[in-house]
Amino acid sequence: MSQINVRVDGVAYTDDVEPRTLLVHYLREQLGKVGTVIGCDTSNCGACTVHLDGAAVKSCTVLAVQADGGEVTTIEGLAQDGALHPMQKAFHEMHGLQCGFCTPGMIMASVDLLRENPNPSETEIREGIEGNLCRCTGYQNIVRAVQQAAGEMAGSASAREEVR
Amino acid sequence: MIPAAFEYARPTTVDEALQAIADGGEDVKILAGGQSLIPVMRLRLAAPETVVDLSRIEELRGVRDDGDALVIGAMTTHHDVLTDPLIAQHAPLIAAATETVADRQVRARGTFGGALAHADPAGDLPAVALALDAEFVIAGPGGRRTVPAADFFVDYLTTALEEGELLVEIRVPKLAGQWGMHYEKFNRVAQAWSIVAVAAVVRRDDGHIAEARIGLTNMGPTPLRARAAESALAGAEASAEAIAAAARSAAEGTSPSSDLNAQADYREHLAQVLTRRAVTAAAGL
Ligand SMILES: Cc1cc2nc3c(=O)[nH]c(=O)nc-3n(C[C@H](O)[C@H](O)[C@H](O)COP(=O)(O)OP(=O)(O)OC[C@H]3O[C@@H](n4cnc5c(N)ncnc54)[C@H](O)[C@@H]3O)c2cc1C
Ligand code: FES
Ligand code: FES
Repeated sequence: MSQINVRVDGVAYTDDVEPRTLLVHYLREQLGKVGTVIGCDTSNCGACTVHLDGAAVKSCTVLAVQADGGEVTTIEGLAQDGALHPMQKAFHEMHGLQCGFCTPGMIMASVDLLRENPNPSETEIREGIEGNLCRCTGYQNIVRAVQQAAGEMAGSASAREEVR
Repeated sequence: MIPAAFEYARPTTVDEALQAIADGGEDVKILAGGQSLIPVMRLRLAAPETVVDLSRIEELRGVRDDGDALVIGAMTTHHDVLTDPLIAQHAPLIAAATETVADRQVRARGTFGGALAHADPAGDLPAVALALDAEFVIAGPGGRRTVPAADFFVDYLTTALEEGELLVEIRVPKLAGQWGMHYEKFNRVAQAWSIVAVAAVVRRDDGHIAEARIGLTNMGPTPLRARAAESALAGAEASAEAIAAAARSAAEGTSPSSDLNAQADYREHLAQVLTRRAVTAAAGL
């Protein structure tokens, strides 16, 4: 067993894990954060995407011990004070999901994309979420949702600028 | 699936890492970004006794200017390669190929050194290292040695790295003169490995091609140089016709496999077409 210290969705945890424990299993089974799901055995689907130290990663392809000392944000930590993150709201409003299984990963990857590229073109959005597979929507409404969120987040960013 | 149990070491210096490898028992695996190793451990295709994680070794990370060469630390992530100003200036081919690797989540963790040490024939970076005549700096119990790219890739998933050694950094010589570079990759879906890809580095001189270096991805068990096409291009006119004629010899001396993605003869055809496109773009035509 190895001891890890990690902040997940703003809360500090100290836990013992086996070195072979994947981050996604730690999140789901030890912390009960089942919002992050597992969709494949091959690191392809992206359903397990979370942010580790600010960047989107596939939590099925990171060992929990590697997150020691780090900061993890899951889909469960995105809403602030009960208000959905603009990306969550946009997926809801633009019907960016059907069965919803890919959605946590899609949203986490999309938030990471906008962090680096706040105003992506349609092609850049499609490439930005190439690591996330959706078997239901055909991606069309997912792309629209990311576009809406980008617009809304740019708006609130410039509003914040004005307040300053 | 969950990997089989293993002992875990997390050194913070290269010397500590070499010690951990030496102490690790029969079957030690080095963990870089884990984007190839963790999937094979999940499938239990690998079940090492000890895993030595390099991710906390600061000296292995980052790109520096060393006069006539760029030095890329083995643990520099694909993401950091893509945003590095020195690579953009001196070796944009590396960034162009890295952009086609996997997806943003995998690029956030996967490393330049890990991709080269893994030496997957479909991997995009080995052919690029070969085309740029990169050198591999390897540390082992007896000290450091430097291996040219032409000797580094030995066979399918096999490199010149011996047991007990680790890849420290990759030296990429700076090119003098007017060079153009291009990476042309053929795959069918997003986030996929190359079916075939071509890395071209071309020096133009007065309407002619003075020198061309061409690396081929997935045209055999190791990355290859398209030597016949390179000789045909040396001194040739920088014209569409001359490039097309030279590109017809791009598959000479290759031994591509047949698999679900493509038959060998189709790969040979692709090598010719992609070489023509890559050289044309690299020559600025
Ligand atoms: C979904 C998916 C899609 C992908 N698509 C592509 C693609 O299109 N093109 C492409 O090129 N790659 C692709 N990859 C692979 C990706 O580039 C990996 O990052 C790379 O192959 C391995 O790098 P890593 O740092 O993750 O190495 P690891 O997985 O940690 O290690 C890989 C191997 O190299 C050894 N190793 C690593 N570092 C060292 C070192 N410093 N010294 C000695 N040995 C070392 C390890 O022991 C292991 O055997 C893909 C991966 C995934 C999961
Ligand atoms: S569960 Fe499919 S990529 Fe992680
Ligand atoms: S909504 Fe079902 S997989 Fe995307």
